[in-house]
Amino acid sequence: MSVIYIVLPLAVIFAGIAVGAFIWAAHQGEFDDLDTPAVRILHDDVDADTVSSSPPRAARAESD
Amino acid sequence: MPLADIAQSLSERTVTGAAVRCAHCSLPVPHGLIEPAAERQFCCAGCRTVYEVIQGCGLDRYYALRAALADDGTLKPAAVSQRRYAEWDEPAFAQAYVQAMPDGTAQVELFLENVHCAACVWLVEKLPRVCPGVVGARLNLRQATVQVTWDSGRTSPSAIGRALETLGYPPHPARDAAARRARVSEERRFLIRIAVAGALAGNVMLLAFALYSGLISGIEREYESLFRWLSMGLSVVSLAWPGAVFLRGAWAAIRTGTAHLDVPIALGILAGTIGGAVNTIRGAGEIYFDSITVLIFLLLVGRWIQYRQQRWSASALELLYSLTPTFARRIDTSGAVCEAAIESLAPGDLVEVRAGDSFPIDGVIAEGRSEVDQKLITGESRPVAAGPGERVFAGTINLTRRVVARVEAAGPATRAAGLMRLVEEASRRRAPIVQLTDRIGGRFVYIAIALAAITFAWAQWQTGRADLALERAIALLIVTCPCALGLATPLALTAAIGRAAKRGILIKGGAALETLSRRGTIVLDKTGTMTAGRLTLVQWIGDEAVLLRAAALEAQSAHPIARAILDAARDRASLPVVDKFEEVLGRGVMGEIDGRRVAIGSPRFVRSIATTEETTIAASERRLLAAGLSPVLVAEDGRIVALAGMGDPLRADARQTIADLRRGGWNATVLSGDHAEIVAAVAHEAGIAPERAHGGVSPESKREIVANLTGNRESGTESGAATFAATPDGTRRGAVVMVGDGVNDAAALATADVGIAVHGGAEASLAAADVYIQRPGLAPIHELVVAARRTMRTIHIAIGASLLYNATAATLAITGLINPLLAAVLMPISSLTVLSIAFGGRTFAAASRRAEPRPESENQPLALSAGGVR
Repeated sequence: MSVIYIVLPLAVIFAGIAVGAFIWAAHQGEFDDLDTPAVRILHDDVDADTVSSSPPRAARAESD
Repeated sequence: MPLADIAQSLSERTVTGAAVRCAHCSLPVPHGLIEPAAERQFCCAGCRTVYEVIQGCGLDRYYALRAALADDGTLKPAAVSQRRYAEWDEPAFAQAYVQAMPDGTAQVELFLENVHCAACVWLVEKLPRVCPGVVGARLNLRQATVQVTWDSGRTSPSAIGRALETLGYPPHPARDAAARRARVSEERRFLIRIAVAGALAGNVMLLAFALYSGLISGIEREYESLFRWLSMGLSVVSLAWPGAVFLRGAWAAIRTGTAHLDVPIALGILAGTIGGAVNTIRGAGEIYFDSITVLIFLLLVGRWIQYRQQRWSASALELLYSLTPTFARRIDTSGAVCEAAIESLAPGDLVEVRAGDSFPIDGVIAEGRSEVDQKLITGESRPVAAGPGERVFAGTINLTRRVVARVEAAGPATRAAGLMRLVEEASRRRAPIVQLTDRIGGRFVYIAIALAAITFAWAQWQTGRADLALERAIALLIVTCPCALGLATPLALTAAIGRAAKRGILIKGGAALETLSRRGTIVLDKTGTMTAGRLTLVQWIGDEAVLLRAAALEAQSAHPIARAILDAARDRASLPVVDKFEEVLGRGVMGEIDGRRVAIGSPRFVRSIATTEETTIAASERRLLAAGLSPVLVAEDGRIVALAGMGDPLRADARQTIADLRRGGWNATVLSGDHAEIVAAVAHEAGIAPERAHGGVSPESKREIVANLTGNRESGTESGAATFAATPDGTRRGAVVMVGDGVNDAAALATADVGIAVHGGAEASLAAADVYIQRPGLAPIHELVVAARRTMRTIHIAIGASLLYNATAATLAITGLINPLLAAVLMPISSLTVLSIAFGGRTFAAASRRAEPRPESENQPLALSAGGVR
């Protein structure tokens, strides 16, 4: 049973990592707008040339 | 948005019964514009341009998307204003709204009109193609704001503004971008707190399960101790980080001596944590960490939901406020016209105001004659003629012709700005409404402390052991912690506010719903609230064919009366051809149709042209005047043959709504800046007693009368208004609700207990109001009042259930019957019960707003019976 001394702190560390990831995502603005991405997915990759011309990733990085 | 209304009604002229549809906007194409040879038809040059822009940029999938996601058939043509957005390139604009980024790009947040659906997201986010130099555009569909990033070397804000407008989304800089950025980061902090509290609660619960199993099947002392210490460590983090919100709130409430729900919550979690910590160190007795961490988590979730909903409603209103015009067309010394920010105007400057635009300043007309719609300031529904030397006010609308005005006051010195200051003052002075949960929470503290003391004394006397007695007292404090109370109210309010928003009613906060659930006085503005706020042909006495000829002639004019007559002619596609046309400003129009000389206008004007008239005309004219309508005469070949009664009729649902409200225990009162006789006539028609109809009231005295009604007399002098302040039961003061639409109502809206701004209202009234109704008509007010009462009943039931649970748990705790396992089972069950009551309560009807027919068809021509009186 003494394995619990390893497993328990490990569990706490994993939980901490998950929380840390969430905090990072929140700071990146992932949860600021929960409505628009749902409709954005409808059209992004349909016409091929928009993928290169409109860089959503760049825009997101700049928004913070 | 009166400007939009005008644009809409102007463009509606092109809409006829023809079957050919415009390739861009899908509206019918007028006969004259159909090109038989062309593959695609357009209703106007604007649509053709937009279509070509969209095709030219390879964005034609827009039409496919739009068709797939087309919504409620409320399509209206885009009105391109040909604004240059020149003032966006001035340093003042950059300083106020633009953020420079370290990598040489710049960023601005813009509020867009006409954003509805997925196709809008797609089109707006393709801005980099339409406007080279733009790096990225991110649209927030819910708020209708777009964040545009561009390379400052390659394009300019004005080019972006023009590009967005070409796409059909007139942009406005988001007024309070800094405040909203602060709110976004506040919301992020909220989310992080919830995440931390949730993770900690989950882990503590896991440990608690191990401990509970240990109670049943036995557990080694060593491991039990480990689990307890670990629980304590996690709980302390939970209390110190996310839970600190409640401690801070409670401390603030104690210091200021106000009632707040945070106080009993803080008491419960603090007592539990301290008790649990002591027991952990002692190595014996109950630890409460699982209950406490879950409590903190659930309460935070409840608060976040409430916060988010209210923030959303509030910022939706604030963004609408961004629509207020911020620029003027200044004429410089050389005579050239350029767009300039309102702040840069100085007294003595000349500004050009085109027909259909609103005056950006207070001033005097220097050149040109026109008619002005002063509805926003005076509430007067009829246009007023204005010529050189006459005063005009910011916010009023220039209707017929271009004029040049000399600036007397701009920006904060205008009368409209003065009214806005009254609004701010009134909002500041407004007594804070102590919310129901806080009131109950305040009493809760005393009861909980008293019960804990009794428990301690009773257990001490019974068992003679202080530690056991303390144990029971702490258990009591935890089980009575008003978790359900803190969750039920936010959820019930949020559910109601969310459903209201779906039905086109934006509510800024829960306090408004609470006030609306009481009975009281409802004060209605006339123009634009009880009526549609624009001239309509109410009665036509004459031949149908004459009406068609009159409409054909009036189709050449932009005057409100002309538009009303045109609207009334049903079959506009078959209007006869006008051969000659002449407009006599402020009097009427003349022309030739089918060889007949037709003249339409004021009785004096038409009588000066015509020599004979039908025998019934004079009598009918007197009858119209008596009914509060303005007569307009029509003469053909020198003989007066028809008579039109123009007025601003009551909204179709007004009478029914007022009757419904009265049945619900509300007193209806009319306050209007319009002439007393007209107000009396409208009140009579709506079923409001004449002593409750007040005409000729200035914006300032509107505020005073409402202040008197609310009993807040510190600012206003005693006036006759106080006499109708009594509620039907004559004792306790009821809620005072103001319903209005204009700048002239804004101060009164802010002063009232609850201000309701109605559809089509001025932006200023939105800033002052607690509730904004996006649907036309008055029926939503009744719906709102009924739903408010249902919401409060739901909350009362939920609170009752929560208190019942607390009483049961307290009894068990006092008698020492409660054990940790029972408590751990009882808590989630009680929370679930209360939550399902709160969320499932019937408030606003759940039907979607799109499913139902439009409550009032404002633009439909009215049914005419030739020669008869309706």
